[in-house]
Amino acid sequence: MSMALQLDDVRFRWHRRAPCVIDVQHFAVAEGEQLFLAGPSGSGKSTLLALIAGIATPEQGQVRVLGESFAQLRGARRDRFRAEHLGIIFQQFNLLPYLSVLDNVLLPCRFSERRRAEACARDGSPEAQARRLLERLGLAADDVLRRPVTALSVGQQQRVAAARALMGAPGLVIADEPTSALDTDRRSEFVALLIQECTAAGAALLFVSHDLSLAPRFHRSLSLRDINGGAS
Amino acid sequence: MTVLKLARASLWNRRSTAALVICSVALSVALLLGVERLRVEARHSFANTLSGVDLIVGARSGPINLLLYSVFRMGDPTSNVSWASVEKLRTHPQVDWIVPLSLGDSHKGFPVLGTSAAYFEHYRYRQGEPLQLASGRIFDDVFDAVLGAEVARKLGYQEGARLVLAHGTGAVSLTQHADKPFRVVGILERTGTPVDNTVHISLAGMEAIHADWRGGAPLPGYRLSAERVREMDLTPSSVTAVMVGLTSRRAVFQVQRQINTDRDEALMAILPGLTLQQLWDMMRVGEQALLAVSALVAVVALTVMLTALLTGLNERRREMALLRALGARPWQIFALVIGESLVLSLAGAVLGVLLLQGMAWAARDWISGQLGLTVSLWPPTAHEAVLLAALLAGGVLAGLWPAWRAYRNALVDGMTIRM
Ligand SMILES: Nc1ncnc2c1ncn2[C@@H]1O[C@H](COP(=O)(O)OP(=O)(O)OP(=O)(O)O)[C@@H](O)[C@H]1O
Ligand SMILES: [Mg+2]
Repeated sequence: MSMALQLDDVRFRWHRRAPCVIDVQHFAVAEGEQLFLAGPSGSGKSTLLALIAGIATPEQGQVRVLGESFAQLRGARRDRFRAEHLGIIFQQFNLLPYLSVLDNVLLPCRFSERRRAEACARDGSPEAQARRLLERLGLAADDVLRRPVTALSVGQQQRVAAARALMGAPGLVIADEPTSALDTDRRSEFVALLIQECTAAGAALLFVSHDLSLAPRFHRSLSLRDINGGAS
Repeated sequence: MTVLKLARASLWNRRSTAALVICSVALSVALLLGVERLRVEARHSFANTLSGVDLIVGARSGPINLLLYSVFRMGDPTSNVSWASVEKLRTHPQVDWIVPLSLGDSHKGFPVLGTSAAYFEHYRYRQGEPLQLASGRIFDDVFDAVLGAEVARKLGYQEGARLVLAHGTGAVSLTQHADKPFRVVGILERTGTPVDNTVHISLAGMEAIHADWRGGAPLPGYRLSAERVREMDLTPSSVTAVMVGLTSRRAVFQVQRQINTDRDEALMAILPGLTLQQLWDMMRVGEQALLAVSALVAVVALTVMLTALLTGLNERRREMALLRALGARPWQIFALVIGESLVLSLAGAVLGVLLLQGMAWAARDWISGQLGLTVSLWPPTAHEAVLLAALLAGGVLAGLWPAWRAYRNALVDGMTIRM
């Protein structure tokens, strides 16, 4: 089975005199796999995601996303690769406040030709795909689409972010504690929707959280402690 | 394309701050260009005050002093030119024409000039433009007066109006020549020179009102009526200064030297153009201080913009990190900020120019009335264009730092979106 994500012998520190935050011998997520990664605050979850997204570069080792090694890519190529293959959901404040819901969802297609082409191939146009995804996530009402994103509830905002991450069939979706701002009911509802849509899109999902109650919904769950020798 | 759309939406989202920045840039642009325009215009009109006069002759003092009182009606002559010297000048072989000037009286704060009819023929301003009558005619009778445009406008005088001259040049004169009123017979077109502020009467008129005066005061118990005075010989015994035109300009230095070394009377001849230049050079410091102040204002406006960009950047740090996570290249982040500073300074510059045009248009009467300047409206001069370009460059430069910081932040923030 080919891997959506594979880390080998990766070490990373934020700056020269800082301690090693990430020291991972081996870590892999298979294509289409949905993985839950747990870890306490400060254990390096966000740092790991930065390495995976190619925003940070490891001082040693290999980070491979969809078979491509980030370390070998130069800055601009890396940016392009991220735009083309990764969907990212943050803890909160995922949306640009000055864009409409629809425009926020369409952003990945503006930065990546490939994502745009994928969206067109599947749904005819990026707009159509955005509407389909938003509808599946329960945000189809026209007044929601036109509302300024700041007028959405946090749960709605996170669902918009999920729709955006799934636009144009990225191979891998990484989510950095996307549910921590939601209450318990909303949380499980959101995770259910996210898993459902990743399944439909065939995207691998790396879901980071310290809320272990969500773990059983995923194919597999891991603690960062178990794979990361560098965690403090 | 994407960046442009984002920049527009983002800027619109912060439109009130942006509007403030644009306003401050616009105001400073208007100020900078306004000062510049007034400065250039002032120099122009100054240099154009008098032309076609080869020499001005007065009592021996400083050249600038002579120029000030004979042309600008400022200050007082130290001494007069005797009529004998005037006659001597008139008959000088190289002299084409002379215009005697007699000063010292005023009307409601406006200086009164006693002169000959030749004044209206030979006085030239700008590139040799002669004086034109807006209405009426030049003086003929002893008690006729011809008004400069500004005098007529300010005092609301028309042809036929009667006016009483006052002795001395203060705004509040105690002794009035009330027994010998003058009648307005003509009003001159506006020139933008001190002529506009002058009441012109004939030399005979000037002599007439002082016929019963001695040594700057009325003779006690001795009054001459206007009718009696008319019958007297009204040739003045002296005048304040004389404007001289030569038959050939090439003789100017020679004639100047002759006058300056005249044994009969301590006289001095100046070349008006040269002395105007000297006078302007004396005011240069002020002129440059003015320009420096407006340049400082421009710097302040750019600093305001820089501050706005930098504070905006903190609010937008999340936005930038998001954009980058979504695939925006660092240069796109950079362009977003630098583009914004360019748009802000460009909009400010355009608005500033419009503002200035509007103000210049609205205040053109006031400016020409109060300052005697005709401020041209359009197009901006090459020099103004350079100033504008410098300001725009300053705007882009001011944007460099925030743009670089945004770029750095976008790289450093990584996946953590800082608030
Ligand atoms: N941009 C950065 N520059 C320097 N050090 C950083 C940076 N981001 C994180 N760190 C440090 O790296 C370590 C791991 O931080 P990280 O954000 O990855 O933790 P986390 O597991 O995501 O925590 P949380 O659950 O609170 O989000 C911490 O010690 C943190 O101080
Ligand atoms: Mg984190």
